[in-house]
Amino acid sequence: MIYLDNNATTPILPEVKEEIIKTIDFYGNPSSLHQLGREVRERIEGARAKIAKFINSGKDNIIFTSGGSEANNTVLNSFVRKYKDKAKILVSKIEHSSVLEHAKFLSREYEVDYIEVDSKGKIILEDIEKKLKTGKKTLISVMIANNEIGIVQDMKEIINLSRKYGAVIHSDAVQAFGKIKIDVEELDVDYMTFSGHKINAPKGIGAIYFKNKDIIPLIHGGHQEMGLRSGTENTIGIIAFGKAVEIRERDFDFYIKKTSALRERLIKGITEIPDVIVNTDLKNSVPNTLNVSFKGVEGESIMLYLDLEGIEVSTGSACSSGELEPSHVLLAIGREPELAHGSIRFSLGLQNTEEEIDYTVEKLKNIISKLRQMSTVY
Amino acid sequence: MNWLYSDIVKEHFINPRNILINEKDFDYDAKGEVGNIKCGDQMVMYIKVRDNIIVDCRWRTYGCASAIASTSMLSEAVKGMSIEDAYNITPKDIAKKLGGLPENKIHCSVLGDKALKEAIKNYVKTHGVSFNIKEEENKVVCKCIGVTEKDIEEAVLEGARDYQRLQEITKIGTVCGKCKDEAIKKMEFYIDRFKMISH
Repeated sequence: MIYLDNNATTPILPEVKEEIIKTIDFYGNPSSLHQLGREVRERIEGARAKIAKFINSGKDNIIFTSGGSEANNTVLNSFVRKYKDKAKILVSKIEHSSVLEHAKFLSREYEVDYIEVDSKGKIILEDIEKKLKTGKKTLISVMIANNEIGIVQDMKEIINLSRKYGAVIHSDAVQAFGKIKIDVEELDVDYMTFSGHKINAPKGIGAIYFKNKDIIPLIHGGHQEMGLRSGTENTIGIIAFGKAVEIRERDFDFYIKKTSALRERLIKGITEIPDVIVNTDLKNSVPNTLNVSFKGVEGESIMLYLDLEGIEVSTGSACSSGELEPSHVLLAIGREPELAHGSIRFSLGLQNTEEEIDYTVEKLKNIISKLRQMSTVY
Repeated sequence: MNWLYSDIVKEHFINPRNILINEKDFDYDAKGEVGNIKCGDQMVMYIKVRDNIIVDCRWRTYGCASAIASTSMLSEAVKGMSIEDAYNITPKDIAKKLGGLPENKIHCSVLGDKALKEAIKNYVKTHGVSFNIKEEENKVVCKCIGVTEKDIEEAVLEGARDYQRLQEITKIGTVCGKCKDEAIKKMEFYIDRFKMISH
């Protein structure tokens, strides 16, 4: 199996797996004051400290959640509850669905607006400025790196501008975490959200960084996570997440070097195919992501032919999701619908090899040629 | 491990039958074209007819796996059929032959039979054949907007499962609203029919 869908999720690293196995028998409830509880508490706090160190935050500025979606939902929900009818939500058009769909849900009761992006996926600063001039208390939510095309925003500029208008800033860092350096102090962001399974930890664990402890919880109950997120902690998930972060921090340069080189190789091979449109801005993107469109062919067919060859990728085609609209990200950057339908995302990971890339390119050439032969539009 | 769709779909997807690579290579009598690549799928069907029997059929598509598989299957099934019988093939017939299709994939298979119908209509038109195309009864449900039963059926194929979604797609009942009950009844009728197709 050649797994080139690492923005969807990643395999658990052997060292993380080992940590999970070691953790399984620590069954104590971290809230218990007795020895078994304290033992687990210590490990959880160790994991928190590792994540804090990696993003240069205080240890007490991080809480764990069930994942990126819950983290994003918590931030948006907390904001509108705090500012009520004065609240406005401003999100970019290329946000993850856990931000976009929540914003859409909130738009029944609150003012919600969307920020335009340019043809590379970069936030248009003038558009932010225009939409911040409304006098309302605004939460601006912009992801650092986009999951589909990999574009990395100039967060510092966005934050500086937003601050001028007194906006509160949230950044979804799920896809950027571990792929570019993040320093929350330097960025001066209010909230940042993370997920474990995108960096070789298991699914079901995420985190929120907050500058001020002013989160209104989504889940009420016990006093866990400083009273900001109730529910007995996902101890195994948290500890594994900490381990995965520790490893990524240690191997950060290797990760960048490896995925960059593999992407370079992949681009070289794919652009040998005629009529390929590269949707990723190679200069301003996370190094593991490459999104391309093949003229005249539909993405689900490409994806499923690749799957039959044991190569796993994803597509922005509507057919893959059962929706009729293709990728909202590719439409937002101004791609024609047919190019959005014909898009394929390759997202690389630590486990991939040069041989895998070469094999993929070879198979892809045949598949595109086969589909173009039967295409009505090529 | 199971593939995404049935084994028959898989086999037709891997080896699609009757694809016409070059239009010049096929001496067809009529062709039919439907779909729009903006919506992610387009289909062209070519037929060759002798004594009102389809003797050969070719096609091309810009479409997903189920569109490829269902049209491949359809192109085999219509060979040797009279144009009347071929005209009356339904998506349900194709889905059945394919061992079923998931609900959200039915509209892909509709494309093949729509293209075929277009091709047959064109054949009848250009060859002066006496052939009574029975247009399905197409009653107007919403008089204000002019939404027909067929529009409701299409909306169901596009995923309408409640009145709100049906309104979003068709704008039905957004003026006087008197047709709401009838619209819901019709929608439910098509949803039931649709369920039969997909399983």
